[in-house]
Amino acid sequence: MSTRGKAAIVGAAESDLGEVGPGFTPLDLIGQATELALADAGLEKSDVDGLFSASVYYQMPTLSAGEYLGIRPRYSDATMMGGSSFVSHLLHATAAIESGLCEVALITYGSTQLSEGGFRGVSDPPEPYETPYGPRYPVSMYALATSRHMYEYGTTRGQLAEVAVAAREWAKLNPKAFKREDLNVEDVLASRMVSSPLSILDCCLVTDGGGALLVTSAERAKDLRKPSVYLLGAGEAHWHRNISQMPNLTVTAAADSGRRAYEMAGVRPEEVDVVMLYDAFTINPILFLEDLGFCEQGEGGSFVKDGRIAPGGELPVNTNGGGLSYNHPGMYGLLLVIEAVRQLRGECGERQVGGAEVALAHGNGGVLSSQVTAVLGTESVL
Amino acid sequence: MEELSEEMVPAEAPAVTYRRYLENGRLGYQHCGDCLATVFYPRVLCPVCGSKALEWRESAGRGTVYATTAMYSRNRDPRNVVLVDLDEGFRMMSRVEDVPAEEVEIGTRVRFEVRQGEEDEPVAVFVREKS
Repeated sequence: MSTRGKAAIVGAAESDLGEVGPGFTPLDLIGQATELALADAGLEKSDVDGLFSASVYYQMPTLSAGEYLGIRPRYSDATMMGGSSFVSHLLHATAAIESGLCEVALITYGSTQLSEGGFRGVSDPPEPYETPYGPRYPVSMYALATSRHMYEYGTTRGQLAEVAVAAREWAKLNPKAFKREDLNVEDVLASRMVSSPLSILDCCLVTDGGGALLVTSAERAKDLRKPSVYLLGAGEAHWHRNISQMPNLTVTAAADSGRRAYEMAGVRPEEVDVVMLYDAFTINPILFLEDLGFCEQGEGGSFVKDGRIAPGGELPVNTNGGGLSYNHPGMYGLLLVIEAVRQLRGECGERQVGGAEVALAHGNGGVLSSQVTAVLGTESVL
Repeated sequence: MEELSEEMVPAEAPAVTYRRYLENGRLGYQHCGDCLATVFYPRVLCPVCGSKALEWRESAGRGTVYATTAMYSRNRDPRNVVLVDLDEGFRMMSRVEDVPAEEVEIGTRVRFEVRQGEEDEPVAVFVREKS
């Protein structure tokens, strides 16, 4: 089934970000973001009849969000694939809207991990195949993949550092970014090693934050406040959950999710104006640039050199500053979609990519496990 | 009738068999009798073809480091985690024991040994092959 252009994102908002302070719950942030997204769209809460969420706090996240918000959805989807979940929800919402199961979908997320003291992740039951070795979840898994990419392709820590520096340069243009002070390659190389070859500045931030997206049919979208941002195509893929089961540590399932998304959208990589890649660690954008066809396999490291993905570079990547410098509230996939929407609406101020008509939003979840790609576009490319 | 009586014998859990191998100083993995795939971690069905015809085999315990990381913590020495490709064609997580964590290199030939884990369970680890 192709859902190209059948649904549009009509509302997008973040909650408070960064460090929200003691006592706030993830549901409070969901409430903040939902109120702002509804105002952004010009919709009422009573219009929402589809609810999508994922969480490491709430085992039944759409039930918790529905109760808090006072929404009684007729369609509910709590697909949980880690940080990519919310990009997946976009596709699922579009399919649900297209088949008449709901009309206005709210996709929402919140985390207060930083205010509670630090990173809060998922915990699967212990097993005898990885647990006894005590890898630090998730950084050690990404470190293993990085080690292999360096071994096979000669990727360097300096190239990884360029990803962090480019993110910081974009973050300096985003008033909502958590980290905006100067950062250079030497700073990254000199920072504390966490799980080699990844140092602390190769890792995403640990922040609070949340967001909300509203999705409805292309037809209904026409009457709403903001210019519609259409879902041109999307694709999902996952090949493993645990890093020891990943077939090839230098190729992610983004190769499949991207192909599916491009095919549905009828878009080629060179037609994408803004690229949002889930940067949990500096290796991620390098892998995804390869797997999503922006460069050849193994060339991601040299591709990001010399500011190519930084402001003023050839390819605008992670224009909000990314998970590395803007915000990373445990799961970041929803926030990168919000940035893609804003770029396509022309709302990004200093960091606006001129004439942006097509944006790619790519979510990653688990340990390079789930990959979900969405291609979004303005009315001009429908 | 023979098949029926076999069905009635409760199967041993894959993780239990794996542990029993380790308790005897051996590294067990599975081989699919239908599609001939090498399977690890142990399961009740073949993840390649879906067959239940998995048989246990003993690995020779020789392999090559496929990926490596050293984890740094305050107040303790770095610890190593690796992925090892065994010669029989399966990959597993482990650690290399006889070398400083940050000096483990991809491509190093390693040999399986058993150590006691934190809860006294047997754990498969590796040491470097003497060249």
